[in-house]
Amino acid sequence: MYWNQKCETMSREEMRALQSARLMDCVKRVYENVPVYKKKFDAAGIQPGDIKSIDDITKLPFTDKYELAENYPYGFFAVPMRDIVRIQASSGTTGKQKVLGYTKHDLELWGEVMARTLTAGGATSEDIVHVSYGYGLFTGGLGAHTGAETIGATVVPVSTGNTKRQIQILHDFGCTAICCTPSYALYIAETLAKMGMGPDDISLKYGFFGAEPWTENMRQEIERSLGIRAYDIFGLTEMIGPGVAFECDAHGGLHVNEDHFIPEIIDPDTCEPLPDGTPGELVFSSVTKEGMPLLRYRTRDICTITHEPCACGRTLARMSKPAGRTDDMLIVRGVNVFPSQIEAVLLDIDETSPYYMIYVDRVGVLDTMDIEVELRDGYPFDQVRRLQELSKRIKSAVESSLGIAANIRLVPVGTIQRSEGKAKHVVDRRNLK
Amino acid sequence: MNYVNQISVFVENKTGSLAQVTELLAEAGVDLRAFSIADTSEFGILRMIVDRPEIAEEVLKTAKATVVKTPVLAVRLEDKPGAMNHVMKVLAANSISVEYAYAFVSRDREFAYVVLRVDEPGSVAEVLMENGLQVLGNEELEKLQ
Ligand SMILES: [Zn+2]
Repeated sequence: MYWNQKCETMSREEMRALQSARLMDCVKRVYENVPVYKKKFDAAGIQPGDIKSIDDITKLPFTDKYELAENYPYGFFAVPMRDIVRIQASSGTTGKQKVLGYTKHDLELWGEVMARTLTAGGATSEDIVHVSYGYGLFTGGLGAHTGAETIGATVVPVSTGNTKRQIQILHDFGCTAICCTPSYALYIAETLAKMGMGPDDISLKYGFFGAEPWTENMRQEIERSLGIRAYDIFGLTEMIGPGVAFECDAHGGLHVNEDHFIPEIIDPDTCEPLPDGTPGELVFSSVTKEGMPLLRYRTRDICTITHEPCACGRTLARMSKPAGRTDDMLIVRGVNVFPSQIEAVLLDIDETSPYYMIYVDRVGVLDTMDIEVELRDGYPFDQVRRLQELSKRIKSAVESSLGIAANIRLVPVGTIQRSEGKAKHVVDRRNLK
Repeated sequence: MNYVNQISVFVENKTGSLAQVTELLAEAGVDLRAFSIADTSEFGILRMIVDRPEIAEEVLKTAKATVVKTPVLAVRLEDKPGAMNHVMKVLAANSISVEYAYAFVSRDREFAYVVLRVDEPGSVAEVLMENGLQVLGNEELEKLQ
C-alpha cells in the first residue's frame, strides 16, 4: 500500500529531475534568506547559479551540528518569524538544543512523510492509532500524531508514562496501531504479561518504532509478544523529526523520502561521496522545507545506501539501519573501521557474547588490529578444533565486513570490562610511545 | 552411567591463569585426580578429573571462571604391556574416533586409567565393556583411592 504512489515509485530519472529542481530552488532560497548560508557560499566561491542539477550537490558546503549551536536558536531560519507556526527541539545530550521551526507547509510535509510511513505498514483511516511517544518539544509524539491525522486514522494521544493505564487504553479503546520507542514496546509487552494478559487481549495489528536503535531480535520479540508487525522509523529533528525514512514489508532497509530529504553517503574523513553499499556518514539536504532547510547536513550516523528498486515496488532509495556514529570511527591501514560493524558481525555468531574489545597497534609501519571476543556463557568450548574453527569463522566474517584483516582472540566470559554507560570498545595504542 | 564428568576451564594463555584455577580448587578441598592442558598461542583449555566435579564446577563458576562440564570415559588399564593398545584396537575396530586422551594412575598405584573424549560416550562405554574393559562411573570415581 502506498500513500503517495507517484512519489514513492517514480523512476530514477524522474526522481533526479525532481531533486534537481528542488535543490536549485532551495539553494536560491537559503542564499537569499539565511545569512549563514550566504557567507558559507561566498567563502566557498559558489553562487546559486552554479547548481544546475542534483549532480552539483557535491559542490555545496556541508552543514554540521556545531554551526546549528553557533547560530542558536533561530540563525538558520529561512522565513520571517510570522511564517513559523511551530517550534520543536531535540533533547540534545550536550550543549544547546537543536531548534527547528516549521511553517504551515512544513507541518503538512511532516504529515505527508509520516502518512507514507504508516501506510507502508498497512495503517489506514480505519485504524485507531495509540501514540505513546512523548509529546512536547521532542518530535516523536507530534510527528506520529500528525501522520495518523493525515491518513484520517483516529489518534489516541496518550504520550508517555503509566504503563498499566496505557494497557487499559489499548484494551478498552481497541487501538489497532501503536507508535512508541522499541524499548517501550517491549516494556508494554512485559507489563501486559505481568497483568496476566497477552496479544489476544488487545487489538493491535502493527507498530511503528523509532527514536532509538533496535535490533532484528527486538523486532521478533516485539512482534511475538504483542502479536503485531513491527516497522522501523528513522528521523532526526534537524530534518523534520520522524518520517525521514520508513520501513516496508520487505524489511530490506528503510526507504528515504528522498523527494524531500536528499541522502548522500560520504567518507567522514575526506568528505568524498561514497558509492552505494559502502558504509559512510549519512548526509541529508532538506530541500523542500521552508522554515529551516538544511543543505548537506552531516548526521554523524553511519550507514549504507542503495538506489536499487525494492521488492515492495517502491523506488525510493533505501538506507541501512544506522550502524553507529562517526565519532567512534577508527582508521586502520587507511580503511575506515566502525566498531559497530564488528558488533554486527558478532551478533550473528551464536557462540560469542556481544562483548568485544578492539586493540590497534603499529608494528613497524603497519597497523595491526586484534579483536578480543568473549565466548558466550555456557558455550561448550572443550574442543580446541571447534574453537579454532570458530575463531577462523569470526575472522573471515570480520574481514568481509571491514575489508581488512584482524586477529581474533577468544577470551573467557567476563574478561572484557562491562561499562554502565557508553561501552568502550577501542584501545588505540598507536600513538603511545 | 559409565562416564565421568570432566571439568574444563577456558583460560587466557598467560602466566598465572592456571594457578588461579588450581588454587580455587585447593581451597575448596577438591582433589585433582588428573589434568591435561590443551593450548594454542591464544588460549588454553585446562581439563580436569576431580573427585567431586559438582563442587569444582560451582566453585569455579562462583569465581566467574569460564567452565564447562563434559562427559568423558575413564577406562581402566590392566597393569600389563599392551593394555593401552587393547583399548585403542577396540576403538579402531568399531570406528570410534577419539577427540583427545590423557591418563592418570589411582593413588594406590594399582590401576592406570585413560580418559577418552568421544562422541556419544554412553554407547562407546557399552562397546568397551562388551570387550571386557572396565569403565568408571562418577560414583566409582569419587570412591577411588
Ligand atoms: Zn520497500
